[in-house]
Amino acid sequence: MKERDFKIYRGDDERGELVNYKCNVSEGMVVLDVIHRIQADQANDLACRWNCKAGKCGSCSVEINGKPRLACMTRMNELDDNETVVITPLKSFPVMKDIVSDVSWNYEQNQKIKPFSPSKKDTEKDFVMMQKDVDRVQHFRKCIECYLCQNMCHVIRDNEGKDKFAGPRYMTRLASLEMHPMDNADRIEDVKDLHGSGMCNITRCCTEVCPEEIQITDDAIIPLKERVVDRFYDPIMMLFRKLFGKKKETTN
Amino acid sequence: MLKANILTDKLRQDKWWISPMLVLLGLLSFVIYSTWAAWQGEYFWWSGGSEGFGGYLSPFYSPTVYIDPSKPGVPPLDFSLLGSWPQWLSWLPGQSPAWLILIFPLSFRFTCYYYRKAYYRAFSLNPPACAVQPIKGVPSQISSITNGNINAFNSGDRYDGERGLLLFQNIHRYAMYFAVIFIFILSYDAFLAFFNNGKLGFGLGTFILTINPILLGCYTFGCHSLRHLIGGNLDCYSCSLYKDKVTHSSWKFVTFLNRRHQLFAWLSLVWVGLSDVYVRLVSMGIINDINTWGI
Repeated sequence: MKERDFKIYRGDDERGELVNYKCNVSEGMVVLDVIHRIQADQANDLACRWNCKAGKCGSCSVEINGKPRLACMTRMNELDDNETVVITPLKSFPVMKDIVSDVSWNYEQNQKIKPFSPSKKDTEKDFVMMQKDVDRVQHFRKCIECYLCQNMCHVIRDNEGKDKFAGPRYMTRLASLEMHPMDNADRIEDVKDLHGSGMCNITRCCTEVCPEEIQITDDAIIPLKERVVDRFYDPIMMLFRKLFGKKKETTN
Repeated sequence: MLKANILTDKLRQDKWWISPMLVLLGLLSFVIYSTWAAWQGEYFWWSGGSEGFGGYLSPFYSPTVYIDPSKPGVPPLDFSLLGSWPQWLSWLPGQSPAWLILIFPLSFRFTCYYYRKAYYRAFSLNPPACAVQPIKGVPSQISSITNGNINAFNSGDRYDGERGLLLFQNIHRYAMYFAVIFIFILSYDAFLAFFNNGKLGFGLGTFILTINPILLGCYTFGCHSLRHLIGGNLDCYSCSLYKDKVTHSSWKFVTFLNRRHQLFAWLSLVWVGLSDVYVRLVSMGIINDINTWGI
């Protein structure tokens, strides 16, 4: 058991401060345990959001020493023994109270995406999806919607891009729909204009922060950008589409 | 205190600046060296004094479109694609054939999805590292440094992503087509390096020039655009036998290399520079090539 120093953001979306706490940390504790201990012993009114404590619900996203992380998956022994642990809410979203953020902007982005649209023919018959087709889109389903990627994305975080870019989470969802063998909707124009794929400059922070290790940049954003190039910027592909009448590059 | 002043500050206390600094130094070193090497226009070929089939050719100068045979350390005129150096290109610095070809590998690397990350972070500092404020302009929130070890920077310029002028990044697939051609050219150079005046043999230069196209191939064939064009653009691999067997296998192979794209990007960059250094030093007579030809 060792006493450690913490600074936790206390306040709302307008004003707040980093309040100092001391807490005894024992072996095996994660940051969420510390927050709970401080909440129980020193600050009963400290607001924090959590649910599964197993890295699967995505509720306890906060920033620990300036890095977006899941509080339940950050072990205290990963942090330097002598450093003061600074816990702040997600920077990219409004603060509801203390370290709880209002992530509802993300739900609005989700609603803008054309839903899964299988053809009538495919829904009437038993569509058999082979494993190799499943593999590519399945790992996008590991997303726990913790919004760490959305928070980490510098377009949203630092460059006020919320009205221009849907963010990595929704690029991932768009990719999972676009690459689905049964899906027939065409979202490429939306990917470029409505969801703003051009705003991403591939700095890969979303991939680095993802607790589920989804290859967001390589498997979702770049493939979508390449499909946008097919459609709008590659003259050979454009000519090919004109000659052979393919309206959607990705339709098989 | 205003929430914005606390959360806008750079709270990361770790050494986040090491990675962009190393990238900056690495890329800058390569750019400076390659510009200098291209400027020279001499000492880019070695064949131990003979002029027959074979020899070591620096990858910076391959293929030798034009040659100025009056310069030291250049191959004989037979090795040139289009003959001796033309009058209309006399304005090029050093009359160096490297200027005529470096635009192709340069454009491939410049528009590469890995290098974009590298130089956006290291050069344009937008962002310099994850969860670190873009550094543009001067610190503008000095008053908010109240909790110790916190610096405040404001992003000054308007960010527009890869739109506007940066739409040119979309030429990457065309740059890749040329990069693939260069793999074959450099592989032929590696083949030539096994010969000296028509005699089969092996030297340290052979080894270096053979590894070069292998590393470049691992980098080029792991390209994101190639991964898309070779099968990533499809939604269903199992819908036809061809897509099932050929397309999916190709896509998987490119994906394997693509997962190591950063590694091969650096290895191939360093190795291509090393190859030029080696051929140059041997050609200048500063070091001797260890080989089986006894020269």
